[in-house]
Amino acid sequence: MAWFKRDKPKIETVSDDEERTVNTSGIFVKCPECENPLYRRELIESHQVCTHCNYHFRFPSRDRLEDLFDDGKYEKLDEEVTSADPLEFVDTKPYKDRIEQAKQSSGLPEAIVSGSGKVGGHLVYAGAMDMSFIGGSMGSAVGEKITRLIERALEKKGAVIVFSASGGARMQEGTLSLMQMGKISAALSMLHEAKLPFISVLTDPTTGGVTASFAMLGDVILAEPKALIGFAGPRVIEQTIRQKLPKGFQRSEFLLEHGMVDMVVDRREMKDTIVRMLDFMMGCS
Amino acid sequence: MSEANEKSPIERVRTARHPDRPYTNDLLRSIFTDFVEIHGDRRYADDPAMVCGFAKLGENEVCVIGQQKGRDTKARQMRNFGMPKPEGYRKALRVMRLAEKFGRPIICFIDTPGAYPGIDAEERGQAEAIAFNLREMAGMKVPIIVVVLGEGGSGGALAIGIGDRVLMMENAVYSVISPEGCAAILWKDAAKADLAAAALKLTADRLSQFGLIDGIVPEKEEWNVDGEEADLGERFTSVADKLSKTLLENLKELKTKTGDQLVQERYKKFRAMGRWSGNS
Repeated sequence: MAWFKRDKPKIETVSDDEERTVNTSGIFVKCPECENPLYRRELIESHQVCTHCNYHFRFPSRDRLEDLFDDGKYEKLDEEVTSADPLEFVDTKPYKDRIEQAKQSSGLPEAIVSGSGKVGGHLVYAGAMDMSFIGGSMGSAVGEKITRLIERALEKKGAVIVFSASGGARMQEGTLSLMQMGKISAALSMLHEAKLPFISVLTDPTTGGVTASFAMLGDVILAEPKALIGFAGPRVIEQTIRQKLPKGFQRSEFLLEHGMVDMVVDRREMKDTIVRMLDFMMGCS
Repeated sequence: MSEANEKSPIERVRTARHPDRPYTNDLLRSIFTDFVEIHGDRRYADDPAMVCGFAKLGENEVCVIGQQKGRDTKARQMRNFGMPKPEGYRKALRVMRLAEKFGRPIICFIDTPGAYPGIDAEERGQAEAIAFNLREMAGMKVPIIVVVLGEGGSGGALAIGIGDRVLMMENAVYSVISPEGCAAILWKDAAKADLAAAALKLTADRLSQFGLIDGIVPEKEEWNVDGEEADLGERFTSVADKLSKTLLENLKELKTKTGDQLVQERYKKFRAMGRWSGNS
């Protein structure tokens, strides 16, 4: 073989499509924003944030909970609550098959994982949504898990934190999915009455029925940089108004400017920011 | 059983959207009396897609909130096709708060393709406006009766839909997404709307089976209005009277409950919604 022939595989790049998770099989990852190569270990240490341009890669839900809870320790909750197929929904593929595929490809039981533990010493019930499970969509199981988090917090006087990453309500469960918006919001009404904290963290992307329910109901709402956040998706709006949308529309910074979120927070400072909020809301511990 | 029962889901969708189908305003000038409309969210604007005001239903002073489409082109534009903007939802909440303050029951009529998806609506916080209504309606200490009149279009419908009783007209539909939208995403073909409509189980009978609604108001053949005159026609009146009677019965029952009782029972009702696997 000639000395100049490539015998190692090329540097793997991350495609710019919807799945912007890190390909962990390679040693280097190319940042889709600034195109600089990133050493994989470096990227993990920086919580999947590009060290050159601060681009936030999508972050797996379990990593989020580990990052949030003190010493990465938490008790997993409601793992057994998973999606059923109440409508016996079939489009080009049966919903049942989609659920199974999602479980296998994501390694997750549902589009949200939840747990309880201490954050800055405060008792916290937290959930993290995951785009890799049917687009992070909210069906009955997701609604049930979030509602249980809130009910537990009510009972034990804890705080609730939810990291959103979702395309919205899950179509394959029809109106049952829609009603999860009402169910969770009603539970949040009780949490509010009980004067217990709810911190909502919006990550890329948070749209549709998730935004139009619990995600926008935080006592404080934090957003990761440049996350897509909105009610209607950009394509739907473009079709409605028949115009191209301005650059930066529906990004975190746009929402901050319009008074819809409290802060845009770098992932690496997220935990400290949350602890600061909890100290105010729950008293220093 | 009426003939309407034979309708396929997509036929029900078309019936629910038909311009001759009765709107909120038609009910306000028939089964209600002494309606006075009030306007504005006190923050930005008045939204003609959401009609709010005080009215009498029999002997009862009630607050009426309803989405309003338009029957002709001009009215449709004025009402923005029944798609409220954030100011519509905020107006609705302001008026509901008034009802709570003065101890009056709230009656909501749902009839919308959905909340308006536009740049201005996003800028003013469409998602927040809807979300906030969901939470605040859950805690409202007066009776709330919701009726889906025609189209129950997703979050934009639910934003006035958290009630002690949620009723549907027999040919109304209530869905997480329009059949066309669903078909475009899952079948990659908006023309497959009939398949999507069937798959979404968006009709009153199916939603009742899932425990998502509390009652169905039967419709005799087609529930239509005959023009814009004072007399809305026989087809309209017979069904509207039935609706009126149902509202009165529910009001009577709900009025015996305390505010806290209402809030607790309303929570229980929505808490029970959903079907999942795993021990519960």
